Amino acid sequence: MPTETPAGPAAAPPRTEREPNAMSRAHHQARQRRRPRAPRRLVPRLLTGSVLLVFTVFFVLPVLWLVLAATKTDQQLVHGSPLSFGSWHAFRTNWDRLTAFQDNAVLQWLGNSTSYALISLVITLCVAVPAGYALAMTEFRGRHTLLVSTLVVMLMPTATLVVPLFLEINAVHLIGTMWSIILPYSFYPFGVYLTYIYFSTAVPRDLLAAARMDGCSEFGVFRHIALPLATPVIALVGFFSFVANWTNYFLPYVMLPESDQMPVQVGVGSLLSNVPSFNPAVGTLAIERPQLALATLLAITPVLIVFLFAQRFLVSGMLAGATKE
Amino acid sequence: MTLTHSPAGSAARRRRGAARQSRAGTAFVAAYVLLLIAFGILPTGYAVYFAFTDAGGTFTGFANFIDTAQDFRFMDAVGHVALYLLFWLVSLVVFVVALALLLHRLASGAVSKSLRFLFYIPGALAGAASVLVWLFMLDPAVSPVSSLLGMLGFHTFGEVIAPGNLPLLFTIIAFWTGAGGWIVVIHGALDNIPRDVMEAARIDGAGAWQTAWRVQIPMLRKWIVYMVILAFAGGAQLFVEPQLLSLASVGVAGRDYSLNQLTYDFAFQMNNVNGAAAVSVELLVVSVSAAAVFVARSRFFDAD
Repeated sequence: MPTETPAGPAAAPPRTEREPNAMSRAHHQARQRRRPRAPRRLVPRLLTGSVLLVFTVFFVLPVLWLVLAATKTDQQLVHGSPLSFGSWHAFRTNWDRLTAFQDNAVLQWLGNSTSYALISLVITLCVAVPAGYALAMTEFRGRHTLLVSTLVVMLMPTATLVVPLFLEINAVHLIGTMWSIILPYSFYPFGVYLTYIYFSTAVPRDLLAAARMDGCSEFGVFRHIALPLATPVIALVGFFSFVANWTNYFLPYVMLPESDQMPVQVGVGSLLSNVPSFNPAVGTLAIERPQLALATLLAITPVLIVFLFAQRFLVSGMLAGATKE
Repeated sequence: MTLTHSPAGSAARRRRGAARQSRAGTAFVAAYVLLLIAFGILPTGYAVYFAFTDAGGTFTGFANFIDTAQDFRFMDAVGHVALYLLFWLVSLVVFVVALALLLHRLASGAVSKSLRFLFYIPGALAGAASVLVWLFMLDPAVSPVSSLLGMLGFHTFGEVIAPGNLPLLFTIIAFWTGAGGWIVVIHGALDNIPRDVMEAARIDGAGAWQTAWRVQIPMLRKWIVYMVILAFAGGAQLFVEPQLLSLASVGVAGRDYSLNQLTYDFAFQMNNVNGAAAVSVELLVVSVSAAAVFVARSRFFDAD
């Protein structure tokens, strides 16, 4: 981690915010020596600190609130202190009432999400890794065209094609089946691009050439040389694909309208119309706000867990998504 | 290639090798090409076909485009999305770059790293979850910042989600989920600025402000453009935020708010698939051209 602010005061970068450029360095340094430094550094530091503090609160507070809200009763949510812990008992009650909704609907949605995301993940990896490898390490006709179209499609948001995809899937009578979202999810150009970047930068071509000289078949080169080296990028593509599929809303919303097929994102959204404080028209079978909060928490837990484990390679991966170095 | 010695026989062998490699390359990409055609090219073609025909399949020219543009909600939706995009892109550029620079200057690498991770966490709530969380945050009855909302003059949920506030609210939600990832990216790009460049700036007596403004931000430009292009294309597709808001407010706010909601409405409520396809094609043209211009002009991606 390169730190830009050196420790010793002698090496500290001179601050010239308010000084005109023309001022000579010698003069400048003389002035700095005369004045005590502390007050001049204090203000920017305080400013930096408070800006970072405000944004930390902005990013963290809602998540914290959500976790705590699941442990409260609706009463406590309205009248209690927003950042207090409710009780395990209330959590238990929320869990029971939430799972009672449409007879375990939430658990079914979670199960749906899991199978959609995992099946697509497997197909994505089987498709994207060989493709990225071939784009980086082999020559074939149409390679450049394929690479450019991958880039363009990769930069297109997935929501662009939802209605056209519906028309297409409808024409082949797959609406309402899990394939109506698994197959579109499996098409993941960003994964191909990540693999392409990985192989073209991290794996020397000479290594493959040497294996070929030794009589290895093209598939053997891929299987025995390239694939074992590709573990980091497989993890990376898996991570991004899983998160993207799990959090997608529009596509399953359109393709899988029946409650028992919904992934949890869509399911939790549909809970919203059963919460009386947001929608006074619903009757006694209503879901209360703490239960909605608990459902939201359940919906994001798998992604949160993946985030925690993926922390290590996440930064490098997001960078690799957009650069060659 | 570094095969330097080439006796007579090896040229032929190399040609055979190249042919073999070409066949193998084609085989390796075959499945991907299939998916690219099925879920990239075909739906695009399908949308174009529907956009230029009527329900009976007869060619109708631009009739669908004109009809949908004359729908009373269309121009409103364009205006909503445009205003949202303006807020979203400006806030993204200003705050993401500023926060990345601040985090990069922090003396403690550990603090900087933890903050980046904290900022990134809301990314796990992308989609419906973020909207639900913010419905709570914006409802003065339960919000942890209800006093802040009160100070701004909002005392009921209805007041908060007044139509005029929506572009700002959607911006806040999008920023909350999306900014952390971009801060990580821009921070990484800052790390990639060669040390000698930064060193030179310091020797020339540039302060933090000048270094940021004259050295770092210019060197970040392509990354900022990349961020803006992706955020623009994604923002134009606004759907889940207004859709869920309309569920939470019994259709008072957020219904038919964005262009994608209109395509949904045309296709599934009004049974006008051709109209829906026309609006989809317009959105497609916007995002494909943004992507294509970027790929072609920026040399950002290595497509050799």
